[in-house]
Amino acid sequence: MSGPSLMDSLFQRSLEDIIKGLRQQLIGEQAFISKALDEIRKEIKSTDLSTKSTALLKLSYLSNLHFHDMSFAAFPALEVLSSPRFSHKKIAYHAISFSFHDSTPVLLLITNHLRKDLNSTNEFEVSLSLQCLSRIANVDLARDLTPEVFTLLSSNKLYVRKRAVAVVLRVFEKYPDSVRVCFKRLVENLENSDPQILSSVVGVFSELACKDPRSYLPLAPEFYKILVDSKSNWISIKVLKIFSKLAPLEPRLAKRVVEPVCDLLRNTGAKSLLFECIRTVVTSLSEYESAVRLAVGKVREFLMDDDPNLKYLGLQALRIVAEKHLWAVSENKEVVIKSLSDADPNIKIESLRLVMAMVSEHNVSEISRVLVNYALKSDPVFCNEILGSILSTCSRNLYEIIVDFDWYVSLLGEMSRIPHCQMGEEIENQLIDIGLRVKDVRPELVRVARYLLIDPALLGNSFLHSVLSAAAWASGEYVEFSRNPLELMEALLQPRTSLLPPSIRGIYIQSAFKVLVFCLHTCFVRGGSIVPSASLNNLPAGVSASASYESFDEFSVENGADVTVVHGQTRASAPITKESIVNLLNLVELALGPLLGSHDVEVQERARNLLGIVDLTKPEVLNSSVQEKDDSEGKGVETSQIIKLMHDAFSKELGPVSLSAQGKVSLPDGLVLKENLGDLEMICGDIEPPSSNSFSFGSPYEEKDGLSFSNLQIKEDSEQSNESTSLLAEHRKRHGLYYLPSGKSELISNDYPPANDPTLQCDINDNDDNLVKITAESLVPKRKPNHGKPRPVVVKLNEVDEKPVAMKQPESRDGSLSGAVRDVLFGREDIPPTSSQSNLSNKPSSKRKGKEKQHTDPHLESKENVIDDGNSSSRRKDRSHGKERRHRSPRKKNFEERKDTDQKEKEKSRRHHGRHKSRQRAEEPLKVTAQTPVIPDFLL
Amino acid sequence: MIHFVLLISRQGKVRLTKWYSPYSQKERTKVIRELGGVILSRGPKLCNFVDWRGFKVVYKRYASLYFCMCIDQDDNELEVLEIIHHFVEILDRYFGSVCELDLIFNFHKAYYILDELLLAGELQESSKKTVARLIAAQDSLVETAKEQASSISNIIAQATK
Repeated sequence: MSGPSLMDSLFQRSLEDIIKGLRQQLIGEQAFISKALDEIRKEIKSTDLSTKSTALLKLSYLSNLHFHDMSFAAFPALEVLSSPRFSHKKIAYHAISFSFHDSTPVLLLITNHLRKDLNSTNEFEVSLSLQCLSRIANVDLARDLTPEVFTLLSSNKLYVRKRAVAVVLRVFEKYPDSVRVCFKRLVENLENSDPQILSSVVGVFSELACKDPRSYLPLAPEFYKILVDSKSNWISIKVLKIFSKLAPLEPRLAKRVVEPVCDLLRNTGAKSLLFECIRTVVTSLSEYESAVRLAVGKVREFLMDDDPNLKYLGLQALRIVAEKHLWAVSENKEVVIKSLSDADPNIKIESLRLVMAMVSEHNVSEISRVLVNYALKSDPVFCNEILGSILSTCSRNLYEIIVDFDWYVSLLGEMSRIPHCQMGEEIENQLIDIGLRVKDVRPELVRVARYLLIDPALLGNSFLHSVLSAAAWASGEYVEFSRNPLELMEALLQPRTSLLPPSIRGIYIQSAFKVLVFCLHTCFVRGGSIVPSASLNNLPAGVSASASYESFDEFSVENGADVTVVHGQTRASAPITKESIVNLLNLVELALGPLLGSHDVEVQERARNLLGIVDLTKPEVLNSSVQEKDDSEGKGVETSQIIKLMHDAFSKELGPVSLSAQGKVSLPDGLVLKENLGDLEMICGDIEPPSSNSFSFGSPYEEKDGLSFSNLQIKEDSEQSNESTSLLAEHRKRHGLYYLPSGKSELISNDYPPANDPTLQCDINDNDDNLVKITAESLVPKRKPNHGKPRPVVVKLNEVDEKPVAMKQPESRDGSLSGAVRDVLFGREDIPPTSSQSNLSNKPSSKRKGKEKQHTDPHLESKENVIDDGNSSSRRKDRSHGKERRHRSPRKKNFEERKDTDQKEKEKSRRHHGRHKSRQRAEEPLKVTAQTPVIPDFLL
Repeated sequence: MIHFVLLISRQGKVRLTKWYSPYSQKERTKVIRELGGVILSRGPKLCNFVDWRGFKVVYKRYASLYFCMCIDQDDNELEVLEIIHHFVEILDRYFGSVCELDLIFNFHKAYYILDELLLAGELQESSKKTVARLIAAQDSLVETAKEQASSISNIIAQATK
């Protein structure tokens, strides 16, 4: 056997040797450590416990401070644990609580060791064992050791008892059923006179109350007593924390608590306690004006203090107050603004948040101005912090606080030019979003976009690329507002665009396409009179499309007089002549020629499209510029028809589309969707059908043949795709690796599904009317009477509310624990501990309500309940007795110690509690309905 | 509650780590690297609180050591500062004007002291005297055990086993 001999254990290196060796670093740290680890591996197999424990100690040192894996020592650690010597145990416990986790395989073996030590007569061993349990407890350990912990909760050694109390928290978390056993004793400890134990118990309750305050309301009288009597700041802080959770649930409790809290607030000298009082007042007692005044006064002292800690906390407290008492912030405005230039980034961020809390629609422009100036001066991190908060504040609730969108769009442009700006994507989203939602702002948007596009320097900044893509898109989409399309074209095709990533380059080229079509259209169809007007009528669908375009034009003329000014200027400042068109075409050829060989399909394809139309029109333009009009009539008509079609396609407005739009599309006759899709679902399972998230632009093809054709096409498509997508889906399932993630969004976020569904064409005019009507309705209550300039219409959509779902999640996680606590406190044993949260909250409230009507004493009732239910297991019966006693004991005390009024109040508060809960429940559906959008639009 | 306690030297060397919430070894290294970077780079006259991944980290520098504790959002920062100070005072009392070297060479003792002070992430003992007494009592337990173990007769008994 290669086990270590006596010599090994005699000359074993101690921990100190290791530390010294590490510090000398003769052979390098890593080499030394690996050598030491080799030794340890050998030593830890020793049969001698001293050698083993020293090895373990060394290993835990290396693992602790040099992060070496020590999982291989899990079993040896258990062996050391079984040593009778205290020093060995200590080392073992330390190693175990550091290295064990839920999936450690030998965790099962530790239960008996822990149990043995928990029953030990040596209080230090008990303490070690408790400590270890608090760290490594899992469900099994917590379940198996609950009886021991229960015994220790009433140990006559205070040292052990207070530690047992602290550990109970972990046991509860892991094994909620232990609440039934231990809760009563835990509560009894609340009446202990020893401050250490009290501190422990209150600590446990403050943690428990954080997770589910409602369950602990019945204990409020006990907490109140502690709050009033406590001499220790540690305890007071914890009790205040409990009350800050309980008070919002029970107005009567808040009323009672406010006075003692204010007393503490006035009299205490300890800053930590003072701060806890402040926080309790501002979070939970904010209805009590005088208390808030007092607290804000103290906050002011904090703010004036030189200690940055107090200043920071003062700002934080102010932020909590700001939600309900904005005056508190305004009163301290100077300090807050001054803190924006504090040396400490944390303080700066706090004050920034406060400043943003003060923003309203009246001061948004001044505050933004101040902040942007700060952003220019400050370091990159804080600069982006500022920009981010401006962006999120201004876009809140669909730009609720923005009245002057022209200003906001130019602010966005300005922000993107700030050197440190890294908020490109957010700015991009907002630029596009505003462009789609707010018609009136489009001219300004195009102007801002032009400034961004025209500056070659910006192309070098990769953070700005997404802003540029938005600018390119906007100037292409709304090219009719552009003052000088030719210049725009040059900007879009400038050589430095090669610095852009391909996806954005594709957008640039597509925008160039739109601009070109616009120029050609202005030149041929509007400006030049080459095309005889009769030819327009040859296009049946084109007419309807152009009609919609006209209607849009009218709309914009009606809405903003400046739009027409821009239109006028367009023609005045940059007349599009034949020569300029020729130049334009040459420019396109020159710039895009090389891109035909691009490796990126997006770029290549769009470039090819654009060059295709250049090829198509160029001979025409050249011809017509040289020759007489009449000669080229036949071909000219064809070309201009195409241009016209293209133009119509592009000039159709893209609106934001609701997420639920698809549901409103009426099913065309003869299209059978369900059957095949049912099959698809079986095959696909959880895979989402691939959907295109980017906009698709109405193709001229569809326009030509109108609705019927596009329907036909869709029908064909879907028939084919039923077959092919199922195959595709299967393939995707098998080789998912090679597919793109299905939820990939490109230029525009998922909020806008494809816009070319058939209803867009048939309903567009109706929808325009709807839009005007509906948005007018929705704006009425919000519009403030005295704006210098009316706020432009912001198109709104159904927003999918995910909030309720998100809020429910954390509740259900704690469900079992709080459920168990409620069972014990409210005397309910009939609910299985594993039932879900919703179940729990429903049952007690409805039952309680009924009860209170019939019986005067809910406790009597609860007892009956237990008996009625006839618990089968004797263990349960035992518990129910214990619980009864528990319910009486505080009651009795109440009678002795408090006046009847108190008693009544408590009674009332309990009853109120029950009512409150049911009210809350009643409110829930209401809230949900309020959150669901009122406007039934789907496509605006 | 306190989620973990870190002692980091000014050079970024870790002197003590204690975890009250489950973190895997990998996460632990990551946490220390991240927080070390954040905290060591902060200037001397700034506030002692750092927001970190939805938690708050309260730190304080004593000589060359940074004492850091990570707490929940609604915990009391000033209270934790006091706990840190409390811990330092106890260390000071135990080692007799404590310095970094004391903690380096008595790394396990620093743990034992911390264990007396905090349990399951909560303050357990607010009296310095009591902690000192408890530690002394345990030390004597350990010492007697050691004496037994290292006595000649014990070694001989083992060798002839």
